[in-house]
Amino acid sequence: MTARIGVVVFPGSNCEYDAVLAAESVGATAEFVWHSSTDLSPFDAIILPGGFAHGDYLRPGAIARFSPVMGAVAAFAQAGGPVLGICNGFQVLTEAGLLPGALQKNAGLTFLCQPALLRVASTRSVLTRNAQVGQELSIPINHFSGNYTCDDNTYQSLIDNDQIVLRYVENPNGSRDDIAGISNVAGNVVGLMPHPERSMSQLLGSEDGRVLFEGFIAGSFARL
Amino acid sequence: MIYSVVVDVTLRDGIADPEGATIERALPALGFSGISSMRSGKSFSFTVDAVNEEAARDTALSVAERLLSNPVIERSSVRIEGAQ
Repeated sequence: MTARIGVVVFPGSNCEYDAVLAAESVGATAEFVWHSSTDLSPFDAIILPGGFAHGDYLRPGAIARFSPVMGAVAAFAQAGGPVLGICNGFQVLTEAGLLPGALQKNAGLTFLCQPALLRVASTRSVLTRNAQVGQELSIPINHFSGNYTCDDNTYQSLIDNDQIVLRYVENPNGSRDDIAGISNVAGNVVGLMPHPERSMSQLLGSEDGRVLFEGFIAGSFARL
Repeated sequence: MIYSVVVDVTLRDGIADPEGATIERALPALGFSGISSMRSGKSFSFTVDAVNEEAARDTALSVAERLLSNPVIERSSVRIEGAQ
C-alpha cells in the first residue's frame, strides 16, 4: 500500500513540485490540492509547501489561513491526520492556530538562503519518528520571517509537552531557544522553517531530508 | 453613515522588534540623539458603512483582531477619525 499525499497549492506557493518529488522519492504518491478545495478525504497526509501564499501580504500566512482548504486541513489534523508545514506552510499553520507561536522577521532583517545544521530534539512527531534525538541534519533554510516567537507560557508548554522537534545548531534568525520546528501536542502536526524537500539527494548537497520524509510517509498510516 | 477608521498594529511589549531596533540604531548616524524605545508597526485606514459609531468600531475591532493583527505577537488599536 502506498501513502497518498496531498500537497496544498495556494496562489503564490512555489515549493509544491519539490514537495511532490520528495514524497514520491520515498515511495509515496503525491498530488496537488488547490487551495479552494475542501475535500481532503482521499489523502493519508497533507503537506503545506513553501512559497509566498497570497503574496505574503499583511503577514506570511495571514490571508492563506482563510483559504477554503484550511477548514479541511484543521479537520484533518483534528482527526489525527499527519500535516506538515514547510517554511511558508509553517507560517500558515501558526496563523491558523494549528501550531502555537508565530514567525517574525529574522533578527538580522536579511533574507537567509543557506544550508543550516539542525539537531533533532524530539522523535515524538510524525516528521522525526525515524530520526534519533541528537542526530544532526544539514537542511537548507530560505526565509525572511523564520524567527520563531512565543510568550513564556507557550514556551513552557512546548517544553512540557516535548513539542520542540528540531533546533538550529547555530541560530541563524533569532528564533527563541534555537527553534527550527515544532509539533502540536499530539505530534501529528509539524511545522519547520528549513526545507527537507530540498535535501533528498547528494546531487543537491544533502540527503538528510530523507529520514524526515520517510518518517512522515510511514507515519501517515499510523494516526497518532 | 460612513465612518473613517484607522487601525494601528504594533508588536506586543516583550516581543522582539528587529525592525524597530535597526531603525533606532540608525538614528545616531543621522545626528539624532536621545531617542529610544523605537517600535515599528503598521497602520491601516478604511471606511465602514455602519448605523452608528459604536457599530463601526465593533466591526473595525473584529477586523483588527481577526485579520489585521496576529494577537499572538501583536496588539491593535482602533480610531474613528470622522464620519460622513
